[in-house]
Amino acid sequence: MAVTNNAMLIRRQLYQYITKYFRTGQLEEIDKIPLKMRPKSSGSSRCCVYKDRAMLRYKLMAMMGASVQSETDELKPLAEFARVNIDHDTDDMPAFRVVDEACSSCHKGNYVVTNMCQGCVGRPCEINCPKDAIEFNNGQAQILDDKCVNCGLCKDVCPYHAIVYKPVPCEEACPVGAISKDEEGREVINYEKCIHCGKCITGCPFGAIVEYSHLFKVLPGIYKNSPMVALMAPSIIGQFKANMKQVREALKKLGFTAVIEVAEGADKTISKEAKEFDERMENGDTFMTSSCCPAYVELTRKHFSGLTRFVSETPTPMHYAGNIARKHYPEAKTVFIGPCIGKKSEARKDDTIDFVLNFEELGAWLITENIDVNSLKGIEQDKHASAEATGFAVSGGVTNALREKLSGNYPIYPQNINGINKDTIKTLKRLNKGKSDGNFVEVMACESGCIGGCNTISLPKIARKQLEKLVNERRDTEETVPK
Amino acid sequence: MEKIRVKLCCGTLCYVMGGAELQSLPDRLSENLKTQVAFSSSTCLDYCNKYPTENPPFVDINGEYIAEATPNKVIAKINQLIENK
Repeated sequence: MAVTNNAMLIRRQLYQYITKYFRTGQLEEIDKIPLKMRPKSSGSSRCCVYKDRAMLRYKLMAMMGASVQSETDELKPLAEFARVNIDHDTDDMPAFRVVDEACSSCHKGNYVVTNMCQGCVGRPCEINCPKDAIEFNNGQAQILDDKCVNCGLCKDVCPYHAIVYKPVPCEEACPVGAISKDEEGREVINYEKCIHCGKCITGCPFGAIVEYSHLFKVLPGIYKNSPMVALMAPSIIGQFKANMKQVREALKKLGFTAVIEVAEGADKTISKEAKEFDERMENGDTFMTSSCCPAYVELTRKHFSGLTRFVSETPTPMHYAGNIARKHYPEAKTVFIGPCIGKKSEARKDDTIDFVLNFEELGAWLITENIDVNSLKGIEQDKHASAEATGFAVSGGVTNALREKLSGNYPIYPQNINGINKDTIKTLKRLNKGKSDGNFVEVMACESGCIGGCNTISLPKIARKQLEKLVNERRDTEETVPK
Repeated sequence: MEKIRVKLCCGTLCYVMGGAELQSLPDRLSENLKTQVAFSSSTCLDYCNKYPTENPPFVDINGEYIAEATPNKVIAKINQLIENK
């Protein structure tokens, strides 16, 4: 997750308002959300409250899956979008999009001369620029955008540190170059390249990249008392100041028919993956990689075709957990609750998962229902996932789990890629050529693993402590209960 | 010397709206401050109901509340209390 910032808090407030109006059946009130969040008397973050309100309206539209470009009637009530969403059965919209109105169209020139420039006699910036892109006007250096190639030499040589690097944050965050400017300077996502890692969502300081929310699918079902099963990702344990029993009770209180830990699915994934590892080693494969991070799998499919054959074919914990839900609750809709947008993209291709909520949406919903997770008594579980499976949510967790399950016929030499970013892409390029530093490569798109997902609530290091505590508790009980 | 009591509200509202980050506070204090402050994480402190016009997350320091608490705001308040002792 990003450091707490207002763009993130606005997003969480919008989720709260939406859930509140669903709960009270006042969809018409959705139109008033921008006015409530930016009343006339309030200050504004953009030029004026009216711009702020427009931005909020378009963010709400995007949450309901409607594109701003497709808007033909600016007076169309938001409630209508909400109703369309409730009835709309298939999930065929992009998982997220750039809200033009909110995008600041950040200036593309990456190097900027600040007023710290002293117009010195030396002028190393001018002399060292390989493209003749620096000019002096009124005793101050100026970068000519049409000549500048963003090499950064001027910044390095300025004795006053007067030249700064000013990134386009979403483009900077994207590890695969899937977001770029159109002719008007606005950011556009190329879905052919996008791997749904969610880094642009947290990267944009204007909160202009908005996810299509399944709250519009889940809440109507819950409030109609339709059977729904919650599948909670292992990273959920770090998200509230509460233990697993309390989280389970909180989800039951929201109205879910049953609550299943996705880590139960992870137990199945590990067993199968351990067998697959042995088979691959037997067949002479040089290495195998993990497959549970959807953004990584999408990365191999879209950008590193040479790597695809090394990716484990074992289904993900989410898929197995979905199967468990389908088996025991065939009538119910399944709702995966997790840390990222990647799973939303994965769920689309998986028949066992109907909807996906992220932790921020869950948090907002709990607030609306006045459920304080850490003041609940908690529900005992008759069975729970193994300690190893519970540890899947942290980078290195899959490797640890696999190690426990391996037959021992082939020793494991792990290589860990903790986060997909511009640096680790280089390592992945090597892997794409079949060159690895180990025979099992675990790849997580987010640094720290799932606890570092784009829609998490807690800081990864806090979440990690809580998760480790649970893993240790489970390990202790496993040791006392004979298998 | 009596320690300064800092209670971090961990009600769901506070926690989701920025309170989760306050959990890093104990690690952010200087060694000197660490000995003078007693941190605890609390269930909902009810400040959200008492002061509906103010925003979460709330932190209670020696019985006084801070709204829209950030790690820096809390540390500043702790320093102020120590100076006034």
